[in-house]
Amino acid sequence: MGISNTVQQLSVFLENREGRLDEVLAALAKGGVNIVALSLADTSEYGMLRMIVSDPHKGRMVLKEEGITAMLTDVVALRVPHATGSLAKAMHQLVEGEVNIEYMYAFANGSDAAAVLKSDEPGRVIDILKGSGFDVYTADEAYRANV
Amino acid sequence: MAGVSLENWQERIRDPKIECMSRDEMSALQSEKLVKQVKRVYENVPFYRRKMQQKGVEPGDIRGIEDIGKLPFTTKEDLRDNYPFGLLAVPQEKIARVQGTSGTTGKLTLASYTKYDVEVWGECVARALTMAGLTSEDRIHICYGYGLFTGGMGLDYGAMQLGAMAIPMSAGNTQRQMMCMEDFGATAFACTPSYALYLAESIQEAGLVDRMQLKAGIHGAEPWTEEMRRKIEDILHINCFDIYGLCEVTGPGVALDCIHHEGLHVYEDHFYPELINPATYEPCADGETGELVFTTLSKEGMPLIRYRTKDLTSMTHGTCKCGRTLVRIHKFTGRTDDMKVIRGVNVFPTQVETALLSMGGGVAPHYLMIVDRENNMDVLTVMVEVDERYFSDEIRKLDELKNKVAAVLKQALGVSVRVKLVEPKTIQRSEGKAKRVIDNRQM
Repeated sequence: MGISNTVQQLSVFLENREGRLDEVLAALAKGGVNIVALSLADTSEYGMLRMIVSDPHKGRMVLKEEGITAMLTDVVALRVPHATGSLAKAMHQLVEGEVNIEYMYAFANGSDAAAVLKSDEPGRVIDILKGSGFDVYTADEAYRANV
Repeated sequence: MAGVSLENWQERIRDPKIECMSRDEMSALQSEKLVKQVKRVYENVPFYRRKMQQKGVEPGDIRGIEDIGKLPFTTKEDLRDNYPFGLLAVPQEKIARVQGTSGTTGKLTLASYTKYDVEVWGECVARALTMAGLTSEDRIHICYGYGLFTGGMGLDYGAMQLGAMAIPMSAGNTQRQMMCMEDFGATAFACTPSYALYLAESIQEAGLVDRMQLKAGIHGAEPWTEEMRRKIEDILHINCFDIYGLCEVTGPGVALDCIHHEGLHVYEDHFYPELINPATYEPCADGETGELVFTTLSKEGMPLIRYRTKDLTSMTHGTCKCGRTLVRIHKFTGRTDDMKVIRGVNVFPTQVETALLSMGGGVAPHYLMIVDRENNMDVLTVMVEVDERYFSDEIRKLDELKNKVAAVLKQALGVSVRVKLVEPKTIQRSEGKAKRVIDNRQM
């Protein structure tokens, strides 16, 4: 058990200018990189695009070829059953375990949902979740979700 | 409330003997002073002696002001190399005070004054205040910063020499400035032109224009336009004057424009101005644009010989409508380097670079400075490239980085800076001379 269950997220810093998001998405499409899930955070000056894609390394490479800086970040994809209170229960365990979550976003995945969690201690997050009966997606499962 | 028309303007000249001297008399006075000054620096300042020897010039070769071209130039870099006290022409104990401005490397440009130097400075500012129509009966509200910056102290010494009342407000806190200005019955005020306009508009908005007793404004330390002057004059119903000076030479009071606004009269009995072609070093004729060079004829503490200001302007000899014969310099048209004056503070792009490098990572030393004027205040934005290795997808971490950069830049430049993080490799790379500064202010 441990870090091998983390998923690599492709993150892109987006300057606030016209057409920047379009450029990023077009580059990924051209490179045949499928976007499984995304979250776009905005500040007054820039945006941060975070994605789970079919092939994060390839995604990073095709963006680099277009002169777009992207980075890979280890995140945890938690399997959340479609039942009221599932996510609350998982969060409660993380609070008890005293790990800090930087940000989170979710996407539907077949009969379940996936919650993508970013923490400085992804290994501990996985340990805590698994130890309290939750399941996390492997990288391969996450990259091929809904396909 | 005083009017702004020329009709009831009474021209006052504090020292008509000097200020209205014939060219021959002025040249004779300058010659006498230059010969003495050159001898003094040769004997007392190893730096000048070495430079003169390298050029093969001896004090005996300088027989009058017409020989000044034989002397070597002094640059800001020379001042930096001899920081802080390497250019003193008197023993350290003769130095009565120091003043400084921000320099190109984060170090100050420091100037040292003897008691006599301070008196000369005050006298020049007193001449300037008189030129602005002020007398010992006036109350001068000084909202230039007091401290190492020469603005506050310079005006203060001038007011004292004139016998006027100084109100040493220093900069900031506009509400309090307005209250004191009204309560103490200030008849003149001194500050940077951008702050003057801001203050004027604040006074207008507060409906206090009619309660003020102001008649004159003395503004300098940053470039401003005729339109800006008229705007301040129209709001407050006063006359505004452009004061010029630089710390290395003495501070404010090197030159002032008179009511006719046809150039700034240089107190050339103390500060001898030359205008040179910055590429060939040949002297410029009247009307031609060149780099302003000063030789301090009276300074004891830290005399400067042919100091290159990097300010570009033109000069006019001849008698002004006011009767003064002093040579006039005109509005500055630019700089020979990238220096920008932001809220009265000299800022060099190289300072930004040095500061970014000093952070030891996080950002690349690639940047673009953008200067804007918002609500009549200068705003400096610095776009900085984030180092790829330090990139984070966490907004909190990027914000921390941004705040750190802003703090480091403020510390280095002495002005607050808006930092905008940009993607790596998006700022144009230097090919020879990179464009590091975009100045959007309308000058």
